[in-house]
Amino acid sequence: MATFLTLARRELGGYFLSLRGYVIIAGVQFLLGASLLIVLDALNDKPFDMPLTEKIPNSGFFWLILLLMAPVITMRTFAHEKSTGTFEALLTTPVSDRAVVLAKFCGAWLFFMLTWAPAAVLPFLLSRHMSDMAMLETGPLASLTLGVAVLGAFFMAVGCFASALTRSQIIAAMTSFSIGTGLFLLGLLALYRPPQLGWKTDLFQHISMVEHMSDFASGIVDTRHVVFYLSLTLVFLFLTEQVLASRRWK
Amino acid sequence: MTEETNGTPMIEVRGLCKEYAGSPAITDLTFTVARGEIVGFIGPNGAGKSTTMRILASFLSATAGTARVAGYDVEQNSQEVRRRVGYMPETNPLPDEMRVREYLKFRARLKGMNRRVSRERVDEVMDQFGLEEVRGKMIGHLSKGFRQRVGLADALVHEPDLLILDEPTIGLDPHQIVAVRELIKTLAEDHTVLISSHILPEVEVTCNRLLIMHRGELLAADTQTNLQKRVGGISRVVAELEAPENDLREVWDEMGDVTDYHLTSASGKYRRCVLTARDGVDLRPQVAALARTRGWPMRELSESRPTLEDIFVQLTGPDEEGEVF
Repeated sequence: MATFLTLARRELGGYFLSLRGYVIIAGVQFLLGASLLIVLDALNDKPFDMPLTEKIPNSGFFWLILLLMAPVITMRTFAHEKSTGTFEALLTTPVSDRAVVLAKFCGAWLFFMLTWAPAAVLPFLLSRHMSDMAMLETGPLASLTLGVAVLGAFFMAVGCFASALTRSQIIAAMTSFSIGTGLFLLGLLALYRPPQLGWKTDLFQHISMVEHMSDFASGIVDTRHVVFYLSLTLVFLFLTEQVLASRRWK
Repeated sequence: MTEETNGTPMIEVRGLCKEYAGSPAITDLTFTVARGEIVGFIGPNGAGKSTTMRILASFLSATAGTARVAGYDVEQNSQEVRRRVGYMPETNPLPDEMRVREYLKFRARLKGMNRRVSRERVDEVMDQFGLEEVRGKMIGHLSKGFRQRVGLADALVHEPDLLILDEPTIGLDPHQIVAVRELIKTLAEDHTVLISSHILPEVEVTCNRLLIMHRGELLAADTQTNLQKRVGGISRVVAELEAPENDLREVWDEMGDVTDYHLTSASGKYRRCVLTARDGVDLRPQVAALARTRGWPMRELSESRPTLEDIFVQLTGPDEEGEVF
C-alpha cells in the first residue's frame, strides 16, 4: 500500500514536472470554454426551462475532451517508461504488477479530474450574468461531475491498456483514440439510425455515451451507467495487468 | 567450479533456458555464485548476459530451469528476490525530469523503506557516491559519470545482498571508468557482486571469478589464474635481438621447443621475435643462452601470459571469425 501511494504520487506529480501537464490543462479548459460558449450562444435570449448543464454534452467540444485529451493524458504512462528503459528498473523493485497498473491509472485519473477543476469557477461566472438561477442547479452539476468521473475512468483505463501495449507514445495515443472513438461512434449510431426495434438498436442505445452523458447532465444518476463504465474500467485494467505479466509468459 | 562453503549460495542457477519467439537466448545455463564473491560475466554482445541478469533480477521468466537468489526462487518468490537484489539495467535508465535526491528517495520508498529510514539511507548513499553537489540537479542535466553514480546509488539504496550490474562502465571516459571501478571494489567488501561486461580488461581487474558466455552457453566458470592454466598451451615469449633476420629464422627453426614464431622489425637494428613454445616449456633460459653464445645484443626478453582475449578465443574455438569483442 505504501509503495502504491509512492508510485501514484510520482505518477500524478510526473504530469507537472514538465510543461506537458499545464498544456493539457490549458487544452481541456479551452475546449470546455468553447463548448460553454456554443451552448450559451445557442440559448441566448431564448426562453428555456431546463438546466444549462443538460446542454453541455450536446456540444462537440465537450466530447473532444474525452476522446482527444484522454489519449494524450495516458499515452505516456507505460510507453514512455518502456522506451527509456525505466520500466525495467521499476519492475525489478518489490512492487506488484497490480500496484503499478493501479498507481498509473489513479495518477492519470486524478490528473484528468484536475484538468476539469478550473471549470469550477464557470458557474459563479455565469451566475453573475444570468437572470434565472434555476438553470444552474447543484444537483445536475454534481451528477455531471460524476458522469465525467466515470467516463474519465473508462477512458483512462483504455489509455493505460494502449500505452502498455507499445513503447511508442504515438501508437499508444492512436490506439486509445481508436478504441474510445470507435465505441463512441457505435453509440452514436443509436441517434442517427432510423428507430427500429431489434437487438441492434438496443445494443447501440445501451452503449451510447451521448445518451448516458445526457442522463448524467440532466441530474439522473442511473446506476446502470455507472456500473457499465466502472466494469469496463476494471476489464481494461485487468487487461493492462495481463500485458505487464506477459513479459513472464513462457 | 568452486564449491560453496558458507550456507546457501547467493546465486544458484540450474539448467536455465530462455527463448525469445523460438530463438534461444540462453541454453542450459548452470552456475553458482557464493556469498561475497565478485563475479564477472563476460562474453560478446548477444551472448545472453543481459538476459541472464534480467532473469536473476526477476524481470523476465526463464523458459526452463530454475534460478535462486539467496535461496529464493526468482519465479515463486519474486518479491523476496527483488528485495535482496540491487539491479542496474544496461544503459542505466533514469527519468530525466526528476531531481537526484527526489529520485533516490522515490526509489528507496518503492523498495519498501519507510520515510525515516529512506531519508537516512539516501543521505548515506549520496555521501558514498559523492552526489551531494548535484542533489538538486535534474538527472537529465547530469554528466554521464554522475548518471552512473546515481544508478549505482539506486542499486544500493535498499542495502541489497546481491548487486547485479549490467555493463556499469559502458560509455564512460577512462577517468570515470577508473572511478566506477574503484566504487565497485569498495562495494565488494560487503556485497556479492555480479557484473557484466564485454570489455575484458575491465573484469580482469575487478572480479575474482569469471563466467564466460558465448552464444547463450556458459563456456567456463573459474578464476582467471585457473583459466590461464587451462589454456596454458599457449605460452609466448617475446625477445628483441639485434641479429640478421635469416640467422634468427634459422635458430628458431632449429630450436625444438619453438612451435611457431613471428618476426617483426623493431626500432634500430633490433628484431622483435614472438615465440610460441611447446606445452609448459619456458623458453626464456634457452633464448638467453643463445643470445650469449652468439653474441647478439638483447634488450628485451619476456613471457607474455595469455590474456583474457586469448582465453576467450581459445575457448570459443579457433574457427571463430568476425569481431568477437
